[in-house]
Amino acid sequence: MKFRAKIVDLACLNHFTRVSNMIAKLAKTCTLRISPEKLNFILSDKLASGGVSMWCELEQENIFSEFQMEGVSAENNAIYLELTSENLSRALKTAQNARALKIKLTNKQFPCLTVSVELQLSSSSSSRIVTHDIPIKVIPRRLWKDLQEPSVPNSDVSIYLPALKTMKSVVEKMKNISNQLVIEANLNGELNLKIETELVCVTTHFKDLGNPLLPSESVSQSRHPEDMAEVHIDIRKLLQFLAGQQVTPTKAVCNIVSNRTVHFDLLLEDVSLQYFIPALS
Amino acid sequence: MPLLTQRVQDEDEQYCLVASLDNVRNLSTVLKAIHFKEHAACFATKNGLKVTVENAKCVQANAFIQAEVFQEFIIREESVTFRINLTILLDCLSIFGSSPTPGTLTALRMCYQGDGHPLMLFLEEGGVVTVCKINTQEPEETLDFDFCSTNVMNKIILQSEGLREAFSELDMTSDVLQITVSPDKPYFRLSTFGNAGSAHLDYPKDSDLIEAFHCNETQVNRYKLSLLKPSTKALALSCKVSIRTDNRGFLSLQYMIRNEDGQICFVEYYCCPDEDVPES
Repeated sequence: MKFRAKIVDLACLNHFTRVSNMIAKLAKTCTLRISPEKLNFILSDKLASGGVSMWCELEQENIFSEFQMEGVSAENNAIYLELTSENLSRALKTAQNARALKIKLTNKQFPCLTVSVELQLSSSSSSRIVTHDIPIKVIPRRLWKDLQEPSVPNSDVSIYLPALKTMKSVVEKMKNISNQLVIEANLNGELNLKIETELVCVTTHFKDLGNPLLPSESVSQSRHPEDMAEVHIDIRKLLQFLAGQQVTPTKAVCNIVSNRTVHFDLLLEDVSLQYFIPALS
Repeated sequence: MPLLTQRVQDEDEQYCLVASLDNVRNLSTVLKAIHFKEHAACFATKNGLKVTVENAKCVQANAFIQAEVFQEFIIREESVTFRINLTILLDCLSIFGSSPTPGTLTALRMCYQGDGHPLMLFLEEGGVVTVCKINTQEPEETLDFDFCSTNVMNKIILQSEGLREAFSELDMTSDVLQITVSPDKPYFRLSTFGNAGSAHLDYPKDSDLIEAFHCNETQVNRYKLSLLKPSTKALALSCKVSIRTDNRGFLSLQYMIRNEDGQICFVEYYCCPDEDVPES
C-alpha cells in the first residue's frame, strides 16, 4: 500500500482546502478513498446516529501535479482510510500561500497521513517545511462493501435548489422553533420548507426553480405537476448540509423520494457532492 | 407574488387588523429592544401598535410603532389586543436572516382576524414567500404604573451614547443601581455597590451629553440592576434617552429610536424602586 501526492498550483491548493473545509463541516469523521483516478470522501452514518450519508468525488488530476498510489492489491487497487475530517482541514489551514504541499501515507509508530507544507518566507529565498501527521485507520478490504457509492433511488420529484444562502437562513430560524422539518416539492418548480408546532406553522415557498429532465421511463412521468412529494427530516441534518456550503455550486439538485429520503446532488466546480438525509420514522 | 396578493385581498375584509411594511426591520429592531421575556401583549389602535413585556411585576417595557411607520395600517375596531410568543414572532420576522444584506429588503404583511385566531405573517424577499401562522392567546392584564407627568419630580434628557458607556461599565456584581438627581452637585449620579467596592459616576449638569436637566428636589432611588439590564438593548439602538422619576421614586426610561427610514419610534421602560434608601 503506497500513496504520495503533490500540489504545486496555488489555485488547486485553495480548491482542495475548500473541499476539505466543507467535508469537515459535513462529517466529523469520514472515509477517504484513494484510487488511481479519484479521491472520495465518504460518510455512511449508522441509522442510530441519523443515517446521513455523503459521497464526495474529485478527479485527482484536477488537483495534484504528482500522484502515485498502489492499492491493497492489483485487482483491488484502492486504499480506504478513516480520519477525523477536521484534522485534514486544520493541516491545510497552514498551507495558505504555500509553495507546495505533499501528502503521503506513512507509518510513524501508527499509520498516518503526513501532510507537509512548504512555506515561502517573504523576506528571503529560504523556505520552511511544516509537517502534520494525521492519525488514520486503514479500513480492511472486507469492510469496503459498506462504503460503496450510494445508489440514487428513483425519485418522485427532482428539482433545482434555490440560493443555498437563503435556504440556510430560513432553516436556521426554523431550527429555533422545531426539530423536524418537512421538505416538499413538485414538478412545477415549487419547493416548500415547512415546520409545524403547537404554537406556530411556518412555510417558506420557493417557486420557478425548474425541474431537471428525467429519464423517460421514470415514475414521475405520470405525476401531476402540482402534486407535492414530501419528506419529514431532522432539521439539524439539513442545516449541517447547508452550513457546509461555502461556495455557490454550479449545479444543485434536490431529489425527493416520498417519505423515504431526500438526496442533494451538488456540483462545485469539478467536485461532485451527494448528500442523503433519511426520512424520520 | 400576484397569487399571494390576490388571495390576501380577498381575505382582507375578514381581518380586523392589517399592517404592511416594506422593511420588516422597522418592526423587528424595535421589538428586539424589549425582548427580555418570552411573551408580549400587543395593543393596536388607529395610532399604531404598542407591544408590552413585563417581568416580576416590577418592570414593564413598551414599544410603540406609530401607524405612520407602516405603509398600510388598517384597523376595523376601536382596539385590538392579543398575547403572543415574542421569541417566535421575532424568529419569524427575521426568517430571511437577522443581519441586513445590502440591497435586499424583506417586506411584511401582518393580518389578524380577532380573538382565538392566529396572527398571520406574510414575508417576502426576492420572490421567496414565507407564511407564518402564530397562535395567539387572550391578553393578560398588564401593570398600570400610573406614571403621570404631573407627578414627575425630575427629568433628564441625554444623548444615549453618554449612558451607553456608563451601562457597559456598570459593576454587575452590584444588586442595585442607585440614581441620584439633585439641583446641586453631584446633579446626576449613578452608583453601584459591588464586591470590589462602590462606584459613582457623575454627570455635570452642563455636560454636552445632557440636553435637558429639570430637577425639583433631590431624589436618591435604588433599582434592581437585573431589572434594568434588559433596557440596555433599547439603549444600544437609541439616539436619545429621557430619564424621569416621579414622587414615588418610580423610574421611566424613554428611548428614542430612529429606524432605517429615519422615522422615530419609542421604547419605554418603567421600573419600580427597590427599597427605601437608609437615611445617611
